[in-house]
Amino acid sequence: MSTVDAKACPIIANHIKVALVGQPNVGKSMLINSVSNAHLHVGNFSGVTVDKTEVLFDYKEYHFTVVDLPGTYAFTDYTIEERVTHEYLCAEDYDIIINVVDSTNLEKNLQLTSELLTMSKKVVIALNMSDEAEKEGIQIDAEYMAELIGVPCVKVSAVTKEGIEELIEAVILKYETPKNKPKLVFSESVEEEIAQIVWYLEKHKFSSTNSYRNVAINLLKGNKKTYAKLHDEPIWVELQPILIEASKHIELHHDSDDIKESFAEEYAAFNRGITAEVLKQKKIEEKKTLTEKIDSILIHPIFGIPIFLFFMWSLFQLTFKIGNIPMDYIDMFFTWFGNTVGATIANEDIRSLIVDGVIAGVGAVVLFVPNIIILFIGIALLEGTGYMSRVAFLLDGFFHKFGLHGQSFIPLVTGFGCSIPAYMSARILKNDRDRLLTLFIISFMSCGARLPVYVLFTGAFFASNMAGNILFAIYVSGALLGLLAAKVLKLTAFRGKDEPFVMEMPKYRLPTFKLIWHTVLTKTMMYLKKAGTFIAGASMLIWFLSNYPHNLELKKSYETKIEKAQGVAAKAALEHQLSEAQLEQSYLGTIGKFSEPLFAPLGFDWKMSVALQAGLAAKEVVVSTLGVLYALGNDVDQDSNSLVVAISKNISFPSAVAFIVVIMIYLPCFAASIVFTREAGHIKYFFYLFAFTSIVAYVMAFIAYNVTLLLA
Amino acid sequence: MKTLLDCHKACKVRIVKLNTEGDLKQRLISFGIMKEAEVEVLEHAPAKSTIEVKVGKMRIALRGEEAKLIEVEKI
Repeated sequence: MSTVDAKACPIIANHIKVALVGQPNVGKSMLINSVSNAHLHVGNFSGVTVDKTEVLFDYKEYHFTVVDLPGTYAFTDYTIEERVTHEYLCAEDYDIIINVVDSTNLEKNLQLTSELLTMSKKVVIALNMSDEAEKEGIQIDAEYMAELIGVPCVKVSAVTKEGIEELIEAVILKYETPKNKPKLVFSESVEEEIAQIVWYLEKHKFSSTNSYRNVAINLLKGNKKTYAKLHDEPIWVELQPILIEASKHIELHHDSDDIKESFAEEYAAFNRGITAEVLKQKKIEEKKTLTEKIDSILIHPIFGIPIFLFFMWSLFQLTFKIGNIPMDYIDMFFTWFGNTVGATIANEDIRSLIVDGVIAGVGAVVLFVPNIIILFIGIALLEGTGYMSRVAFLLDGFFHKFGLHGQSFIPLVTGFGCSIPAYMSARILKNDRDRLLTLFIISFMSCGARLPVYVLFTGAFFASNMAGNILFAIYVSGALLGLLAAKVLKLTAFRGKDEPFVMEMPKYRLPTFKLIWHTVLTKTMMYLKKAGTFIAGASMLIWFLSNYPHNLELKKSYETKIEKAQGVAAKAALEHQLSEAQLEQSYLGTIGKFSEPLFAPLGFDWKMSVALQAGLAAKEVVVSTLGVLYALGNDVDQDSNSLVVAISKNISFPSAVAFIVVIMIYLPCFAASIVFTREAGHIKYFFYLFAFTSIVAYVMAFIAYNVTLLLA
Repeated sequence: MKTLLDCHKACKVRIVKLNTEGDLKQRLISFGIMKEAEVEVLEHAPAKSTIEVKVGKMRIALRGEEAKLIEVEKI
């Protein structure tokens, strides 16, 4: 990793590497976004799948690299994110820490600050949201605070961009001055024990990169790494009894049997003291804050859930109604593009591959970008405003009944957009069993890519004014089925202790346009990247399988028939017959015919069977494959009336219902399967998932087919 | 023994003891739910499956089962 950094900033002399730390919801990302002329690098922390944002910028003669570490409440290793931050701060090479603090909640934020102060590192504190604090009548004496804790404190606001320059100046000044001793003092009893351990380390001239005081505190706090390091030293034999004795004293003093709890109390006392000294609140208003007012409606015991359901329903309506407007234009563009490119290619086979295979396939994917953008904006708003945690609060009771966690809601809802980010967001669940369970049922939440299939079939079998409602029903029944599946899995494969549910309900905020734009952009790009790689590849494969082997005799016999035929209509009919006959004897047709008996109980013909199998690569391929198979050429989408007509003519209503059920349940796509395997941690889980979803899909489709058959 | 789960909406209490160990205890402490801390109950989800409390200025959601492990006294 250091080699990459060296490349990014070749001049080492004036290079300042900053670790940006703070508790969650303190506006860290916004602060980093408000630095002008900054370049953002998004990557991963080595070894784990946690996003790592690096910001590079120049200020005066200094090159800055700022690493945005995941938010953490304290030095704990509860979630992967917390572990990443903790490990980075302890083991990585950086020059200085910027600790971002929410000025409106100073005491709570100092919890992390005080732990940072016990490390022997240079620290600068950014008192963020100072404008908001002022509005709330909170006044913080930054200079006095700096004096008390021995590190510079700068008031900033990521929103108004106030104090950003002062903060950078303070970082440079701190960087250029030698380290000073931190002024964090514990209670007398703890200080005594620290002194004793320090004295002992000094006596034996123990060699350490950290200060003795730091080592002593780490030992007392039970830091595993420090223990591991000292454990192999000869002084350990004598040090151990001293430590045991010291821990006993501290625990006795705090009337507790947990040294970590005792230290937490020590820090809390320090934070209370600092806050009392530097913070002045003008008037303590007993008036309800805005967040409390909103909460009294949104998490109301009775109205809360209906309001939430209304929001979700509106989101789907928007996705469907507004998202459909630009679709025609995109479709027109790709038809034009295909024709234009096709005109330049002389070889018939290559032209067909490029135009009917690649361009049409990718076009079918790009068609859904508007829908996906709307859905992603909705999800980004849910997350950015703080409403997502309210929903987790409201739904935990319900979800818990199915063996899920309130926070499972977040990956599950993301699953409606795309399974890939959904699998990734399941990381917020700490307990492995809970996370795996959530990963297994994410695919029950219909992703955006399945939308085209639903739209095509609802269009073929229902009146257009009903389509939105039918679509909503499909999504809801998929989700309900997912919950049932979770319950079954929880009672069988994933039995065990539940993960605790303790989470912050952040203040409501209006997320900035820039932040929403950034998240939506990265997610949309990810989707488009999928279009460019997997789907283009899958389209080419499907094209090949459906065009080869060529049967020249068949072609000739039809060509003579076409020549003899009278009238345009008859000729066209024969041409359709030809392409259908050709398809039937192609590789794809052979596969479809071969697997037809397997799908016969669900009422599928060989064409539907092929479309489903092609859909394993990506759901977008289902529609284009159906288009090819119903002899319409490759450039179709769910809006082409001809395909809608062909489907309603050739497929019976019960078969269509069974088809939708399979689409709803089985594996989302090849790319998502890869991400799933990575997040689940082992290839065996992929095979479990494949078996699980296929069996459930088959059984449910069988039931749906037969029930509809009876009713119809 | 009174626990946080027994508290009514809008009642203010002080934490006496956390009857839990390991991860959950650390988690609670990192949210400021610790001995001597003052807590206000803000909202109950239906059937008290989850409760919302306020510690200092921070609002925290807890599951009923976890609230039951937190011993409290009236202020």
